[in-house]
Amino acid sequence: MSASVGKYAEELIKTANYIASPGKGILAADESTGTIGKRLASINVENIESNRQALRELLFTSPGALACLSGVILFEETLYQKTSDGKPFVEVLQENNVVPGIKVDKGVVELAGTNGETTTQGLDSLGARCAQYYRAGARFAKWRAVLKIGPTEPSELSVQQNAQGLARYAIICQENGLVPIVEPEILTDGNHDIKKCAAVTEIVLAAVYKALSDHHVLLEGTLLKPNMVTPGSDSPKVAPEVIAEYTVTALRRTVPAAVPGIVFLSGGQSEEEATLNLNGMNKLEVLKPWTLSFSFGRALQQSTLKIWAGKKENVEKAQDAFLARCKANSDATLGKYAGGSAGGLASESLYVKEYKY
Amino acid sequence: MSCYKGKYTDELIATANYIGTPGKGILAADESTGTIGKRLSSINVENVESNRRALRELLFTTPGALECLSGVILFEETLYQKSAAGKPFVDVLKEGGVIPGIKVDKGTVELPGTNGETTTQGLDGLAQRCQQYYTAGARFAKWRAVLKIGPNEPSQLAINENANGLARYAIICQQNGLVPIVEPEILVDGSHDIEKCADVTERVLAAVYKALNDHHVLLEGTLLKPNMVTPGSEAPKVAPEVIAEYTVRALQRTMPAAVPAVVFLSGGQSEEEATRNLNAMNRLKTKKPWSLTFSFGRALQQSTLKAWAGKEENIPKAQAAFLSRCKANSDATLGKYEGGASLGEGASESLHVKDYKY
Repeated sequence: MSASVGKYAEELIKTANYIASPGKGILAADESTGTIGKRLASINVENIESNRQALRELLFTSPGALACLSGVILFEETLYQKTSDGKPFVEVLQENNVVPGIKVDKGVVELAGTNGETTTQGLDSLGARCAQYYRAGARFAKWRAVLKIGPTEPSELSVQQNAQGLARYAIICQENGLVPIVEPEILTDGNHDIKKCAAVTEIVLAAVYKALSDHHVLLEGTLLKPNMVTPGSDSPKVAPEVIAEYTVTALRRTVPAAVPGIVFLSGGQSEEEATLNLNGMNKLEVLKPWTLSFSFGRALQQSTLKIWAGKKENVEKAQDAFLARCKANSDATLGKYAGGSAGGLASESLYVKEYKY
Repeated sequence: MSCYKGKYTDELIATANYIGTPGKGILAADESTGTIGKRLSSINVENVESNRRALRELLFTTPGALECLSGVILFEETLYQKSAAGKPFVDVLKEGGVIPGIKVDKGTVELPGTNGETTTQGLDGLAQRCQQYYTAGARFAKWRAVLKIGPNEPSQLAINENANGLARYAIICQQNGLVPIVEPEILVDGSHDIEKCADVTERVLAAVYKALNDHHVLLEGTLLKPNMVTPGSEAPKVAPEVIAEYTVRALQRTMPAAVPAVVFLSGGQSEEEATRNLNAMNRLKTKKPWSLTFSFGRALQQSTLKAWAGKEENIPKAQAAFLSRCKANSDATLGKYEGGASLGEGASESLHVKDYKY
């Protein structure tokens, strides 16, 4: 069998297609406890369960926001949390036609003998964990592989290891009913130009799709979460139209048409940058056999977090900010974003050097 | 640099796009001297240069036929031949809006330790040969890799060797101004079902595109010439719609959107089968970011050859048969073929030859 067609094949295809709906995208709210701690610390909020619960409730109950979303990626703790009224978050999402997803990787570890390159762990008992998450209501998963650009990076070893890891993760997910979001993030760190990023992105994506083919992954039941093709963080910026062109060209050269949707990560881009770039891609008049949407974490939540600052009286204002970003990105998936739904906060770069999740 | 960017970039892209023009396709008239000899002997015609020339002139001067074609693949001898009136074939084609192409491989050789699997040769001096052909007017090339399906076939070795050979050939062509048609033919021989063919086709194409990426080939300046996905020659036949579904799905799973067109080989299919299958693919409602057209040899020439039988008085009849197949396939690229295109004698005849050697 070229692609594995197990008992979940039809459901996987349906879910992947739904998540790729034009006008919708994904909220990446799967920050691990450690990572969300850093976010909370930046607004002087204590990293305890009730605060983590309060933040996610703020997001998931923002009036009108869920209509812009097709999926939300959750961290394991959040999958089992409830609103203050006692309603499971999973139900809140499902009732609003938002598919719950789950982060399943266990972070990165260094590859010995490389210059700080990493591979991602999380394959042990992954099948059993996926089955558990499926029972809890999740219907898609996410696994983040990380690569970097340098004089000798990414190395062949790093490309191969991360591609193989993504492929193993992907097929295990599909065997257990979860649509795998395949995320090979190439960090923006560096002073390379956009052409270098394009070259590396094409090499990495080619390796990823070869690995997915080797492992019999059903492409129609997957999504891709790549970086946009941009200059390095230490290089001069370029216009959204340029980013759009290089990014879409790279995808046209590597991503088979069977993949229904591509949901970009925002990396260190500000909320506004990420939206403008996504919009640029959707305006580009070239044949794109997959939808182009978002799977943003920081680029959807930054302003919201700052406005909330952990205070109940700020919830409404914070929810307004969140809705504004959701709508902006929803418009961007249709190439209709008119720009400027940006407070000063929305233009703030979210770049953190050598970003660790 | 991720892929080739040189002096020929724009021209390669324009040529590849033109060949994929809806309503047009490729006549594969690149039979080597040995192979064309077999065709000629089947109609009792002597395999001499003048006869080989006469056959190709018959095809290239068929009134109306060139409009259905975007390209013709030639064998080296033919690239330098002329019409009876003294006009170079290359000029006849160009004036008819048809791009001349050239077969550049040098046939297959066996891979030791395998069960009759092969790799394709022709890389030695390929750059110089491409330059020569470019000077002579060619703007695209073709290289045929061959794989087969069996209990242990295709082996990983055969897949890797053939994919690598295609990628080396492709980048050398691009560096020298020729659009490479990438042809990884999986022979139809065998009793396997269509699922097996689909599985092998997807694996082979995935390997091919990985190799093209590794070798920095500019996909926008290439074409793919694959087999259609069908049951084996000894297995029960299926409907064109089924072939269409499996074939297009295999391409969706492996062929990047950057490639402008697929130009199918006909393998051992009869003229009519090949046209119906192509037609069904173009009628299929699904994502197809590349055009789907033909690069047929036998499936365009079979009836024509029989009608001609080497006799000058048969030329009008033969040309009518050729035009009919050209039009049928042109319609098929638009999903408009109604069937029964005045079936010449032999249009439904299977052209399958076991273990086909070019």
